[in-house]
Amino acid sequence: MKQSRSLRTMALVAALMGSAAMPALAETPPNMLVIANRIDDIKTFDPAESFEFAGADVSRNVYEKLVNFDPLDLDAGFQPQLAESWEISEDGTEITFTIASGHVFSSGNALTAKDVEFSLRRAVILNKTPSFILTQFGFTPENVEETIVATDDTTLVIKLDQKYAVSFVLNCFAATIGGIVDMETVMANEVDGDMGSEWLRTNTAGSGPYTVVDWKPNESVLMALNPNYSGEKPAMERVIVQHIQESATQRLQLERGDIDIARNLSPEDVAAVKENPDLKVIDELKGRLMYWSANQKSEMLSDPKVVEALKWATDYAGMSGSFLNGQYTVHQAFLPLTFLGALEDKPYTFDMDKAKAALAESGFPDCGPIKLSVREAQERIDIAQSLQNTWGQLGCEAELIVGTGAQTLDRYRAREHDIYVGAWGPDYPDPNTNAGTFAFNPDNSDEAGATGLLAWRNAWGIPEMSEETLAAVVENDTEKRKAMYLAIQKEHQMVSPFGIMFQQIEQHGMRANVENFVSGGATTAATYWVVTK
Amino acid sequence: MLTVAVTLLGLLFVTFMIGRVMPIDPVLAVIGERATQAQYDEVFLELGLDKPLITQFAIYVNDVLHGDFGTSIRTGKLVSEDIGRVFPATLELATLGTLIGVFLGVPLGVLAAVYRGRWIDQVARFVGLIGYSMPIFWLGLMGLLIFYGILGWVAGPGRLGVFYQGLVPERSGLLLLDSLLAGDWTVFKDAFSHIILPASLLGYYSLAYISRMTRSFMLEQLNSEYITTARVKGLSEWTVIWRHAFRNIRIQLITVIALAYANLLEGSVLTEIIFAWPGIGQYITTSLLSNDMNSVLGGTVVIGTIFVALNIFSDLLYRFFDPRAK
Repeated sequence: MKQSRSLRTMALVAALMGSAAMPALAETPPNMLVIANRIDDIKTFDPAESFEFAGADVSRNVYEKLVNFDPLDLDAGFQPQLAESWEISEDGTEITFTIASGHVFSSGNALTAKDVEFSLRRAVILNKTPSFILTQFGFTPENVEETIVATDDTTLVIKLDQKYAVSFVLNCFAATIGGIVDMETVMANEVDGDMGSEWLRTNTAGSGPYTVVDWKPNESVLMALNPNYSGEKPAMERVIVQHIQESATQRLQLERGDIDIARNLSPEDVAAVKENPDLKVIDELKGRLMYWSANQKSEMLSDPKVVEALKWATDYAGMSGSFLNGQYTVHQAFLPLTFLGALEDKPYTFDMDKAKAALAESGFPDCGPIKLSVREAQERIDIAQSLQNTWGQLGCEAELIVGTGAQTLDRYRAREHDIYVGAWGPDYPDPNTNAGTFAFNPDNSDEAGATGLLAWRNAWGIPEMSEETLAAVVENDTEKRKAMYLAIQKEHQMVSPFGIMFQQIEQHGMRANVENFVSGGATTAATYWVVTK
Repeated sequence: MLTVAVTLLGLLFVTFMIGRVMPIDPVLAVIGERATQAQYDEVFLELGLDKPLITQFAIYVNDVLHGDFGTSIRTGKLVSEDIGRVFPATLELATLGTLIGVFLGVPLGVLAAVYRGRWIDQVARFVGLIGYSMPIFWLGLMGLLIFYGILGWVAGPGRLGVFYQGLVPERSGLLLLDSLLAGDWTVFKDAFSHIILPASLLGYYSLAYISRMTRSFMLEQLNSEYITTARVKGLSEWTVIWRHAFRNIRIQLITVIALAYANLLEGSVLTEIIFAWPGIGQYITTSLLSNDMNSVLGGTVVIGTIFVALNIFSDLLYRFFDPRAK
């Protein structure tokens, strides 16, 4: 009897646990945007240091720049923001910006040319990873006091080390590192001469539409309106981005109405969301490219015909139509579509006859074992396995070397790989961002140590193409510049050891009432201030 | 105490060496793949990687003894601060999961032993089998789909709904406790609605382990001669089972429960990922994948220390329940 009472007690406990639960809320408030995204890459909010995707999303909504992109018309390119106008000196080495009035930081301090001077100088002096975006114009910690100068509160003079295409310079100022911080607030939080770097890691001091209220790493970022924002008041007064790793979990939350936007849905979940009348899916082309590259230190892989054979033996359509369906589109040039001068030609298809013919013409008709170096991300492993399969059909036995991102990257930077299967995304919204790494390597020696250049990592010495790439960054005629990049890409497609395969498509699932959400396309980051519900 | 000190020093040494011999470059983890060689060299020196390994270890031990695990390159915050944030989430989840596992698993194991071969025994063994063999990833997703997606009985992923965040002051980091201390029942209900599903899932896995072990321990006792003697003397079944047989398995059960608890405190990575639970398991795993070795080492040391502490606590409980252990 006592034992059956124990059983009844257990049943009661179970029932109580069930009844204690309650239904979740059905929808988010009309003035609040709730986003599920993978944001575990955020290291800092400091625009001088931030170089990750999720960090760039925050930065774009918090900091204004000299020029910026209109989220509703990204194709128009950069537009004036803090700089209401600019003039170029006759020799093309000096740009004088006139800073617009009325922009105010979240602290209440008015934004002046002094803040712009401070922010750009600071980014150069701190010399963090993205600083190369600015230092490529000749700025150094030693010369910034002469090269970046605010002559008064509304005038900023920038002195370049040589003439560059103005579009190139301004595109770089539109990158995350061009975000303008509140000098007074930042310096009030300086510790040991760090120019506020430690403080800006976890705090924000911008004049953009939002300010970060709370950041819990790996958990969430909460943004609220900047009360002093000079533009039109955004409809979304609060934005919260939650770190949700799993696609299936994001989908459930979206279906339940607990979030407005899900940014990392798998193809299966995207298909399910499309079937739901309360939800919708918006596709956006992003800048990320998937490619493989052959180390030219390998005797076999430095044979152009072997590389050509491998390009023909890649099943582009098969991959994009199966495990990459909806997530990537076939693209075979180093500039992503929507970039100035992006080449749309796709000369390679999966053609085993052409592949075998090219291999037969090479000095290695029997091919040989190839090591495919790939990091442990599922989509990359899937791609590597497809390459292993189709190259195997060609007679090239490929072995997968799977490692963590850092392990794989270590080998790549040390030029110790055979074939590297990887991804590359633009650093700033100008064609030189990719041309300067895929098609630029003036000194191929080991001593050069140009680990930042993909061409160098693959030991591909290209003095002539490097000259062409350099010429394109100084061409001020946009149409001519575009033609130059098209020509470089055409040549690159034919002769380079890069097998560029795909460009990323981001598929956002969202509630049907969400309008104007733009994740930034290939050129910039996500925008929340134009979103309505 | 000396044993504990040596164990902890050994733990520090092993974790430190693992961090150093792994074929990854900690500098690259900090600066990313686009940095220049000059930036690389600067960070290499900043991290003290130019010093001999033994010197690096001595510095590391000294820092840890002062509570300094360094700064996380992934979050930009002190590792101790990060652990102070993520560990309470795991502690709360693991404690509730263990409580569920103990309060359901122990009676179930006892009943299964008492009614060996009967339907309740079959049920207990089936429950145990499912608990051992079903992937937690799948079970978690199914739980979310049914109880959150379809029925709406529980809240979704995370520890707290977006509307309730920041409403109660953080005292212990345990949301259930903090909301109770603040007297905010709305937040308490929301936090409970978030935790109950992942805790039940972890509790189920603990239950499977605890019930199987309890059944096994009880069977051994119930087949003993002193139990037969007790029954011959006319003692009630309740007294025979709970006051004699069960009393003698308490020591073994403490070990089992401590192990189950320690396993959950390690952080159930998959559960934390599915339920977006910002716990220490997810923290260490994400850090490892990002080569954030300060965080990995800090987290590992904390978990190792917890294991040691739980062992000490178990020993103390042995002495309490069995004076012979003194």
